Amino acid sequence: MSSQLLGNVRQANSPGLRDLFIQFLTIGAVSFGGGIIAYERILLVEKRQWLSADEFMAYLAIGQTMPGLNSVNMAVLAGDHLRGVLGAIVATLGLILPGSIFVLGIGLIYVNTADHPSINLILGGIAAAATGLLAAITYKIGDAHWRHVKSLAIIIFTFILMSIFKLALPYVILIMAPISIYLYRPIKSQ
Amino acid sequence: MSLLIHLVWTFALLSILAVGGGTAVLPEMQTILAHQFGIDHTQFVHIYSIGQLAPSPNMLMVLVIGYQIAGLIGAGVVLLSFFLPSSLMCFYMGRLWNRFGESPWRRTIQNALEPTSIGLMCSGVYAVAKASVVSSITLALALTTLYLILRTKINPVLVILGSGGLGALLMFYLN
Repeated sequence: MSSQLLGNVRQANSPGLRDLFIQFLTIGAVSFGGGIIAYERILLVEKRQWLSADEFMAYLAIGQTMPGLNSVNMAVLAGDHLRGVLGAIVATLGLILPGSIFVLGIGLIYVNTADHPSINLILGGIAAAATGLLAAITYKIGDAHWRHVKSLAIIIFTFILMSIFKLALPYVILIMAPISIYLYRPIKSQ
Repeated sequence: MSLLIHLVWTFALLSILAVGGGTAVLPEMQTILAHQFGIDHTQFVHIYSIGQLAPSPNMLMVLVIGYQIAGLIGAGVVLLSFFLPSSLMCFYMGRLWNRFGESPWRRTIQNALEPTSIGLMCSGVYAVAKASVVSSITLALALTTLYLILRTKINPVLVILGSGGLGALLMFYLN
């Protein structure tokens, strides 16, 4: 493939492990409120031009198809692309390190002060907003699927199996995956 | 020890099932944690909310769950079990992809998985809502946030913090 032919050319543009770590660490530290994929795109495609826009989209698609968080998968794939296995490890660690420290810090306070009435009141308000945020994100990610009959049917049926019939997730996926793949099977051209 | 193995198994399975991101496994996680690890829905929603406040991927909140269940070791174990399996799968898929390139079946699988994972996300919203929308005040806060996020460009963290403060004041003075 042409991307492999270009490999030698790109070496000049490929970052040191330390640089890679620091860049992803920065994203991990500043990405309050989500939208990490956007930060990653700015870094990888615009700021450093480590990936072409096309490569970024291809990796995003793989990351979305595979299990796991899209932002973490992007770090894995971009890191591997740029510096192999070590690059993947370094980029992923950089991305999750700041949040891990942050979350653990607040988590320690929460676990050790749980059931304090005023903290529970604040968390009650925060949880309500987090629900609204999650609903908004779900609506945005759903995008065109809400207006697409086939997609909407799959969405509703999945929701019913999971939330109304309360099936365990592996069964929901075992039931829904074959049905959805059949509905979206490739249509042979000619 | 058996508790840690149980944690590894639970979160590794959730990791592999997290097609379309962490939100898809929220309801399953909530159910398993309540039945097998004694973390009730309110605690779960509180911990989930902490994740929304943090930078980086918000599913890092699983660390707090691990800590709550088995201390710092629990946090480390959960971090590895939740992030390693899916990352490894993605890593090898990326390498395969570079070898084989585009195939119509890849498009099919993505098209098919997207609505399934959106359906699971809806279940995630429902699961979180059942535990967090418990009064007219919390309902109003949730709907206001939904509106602000969809209609404005305001940073979600500010909305969440504002809701925490406002909610606490309202609930304190009205109840």
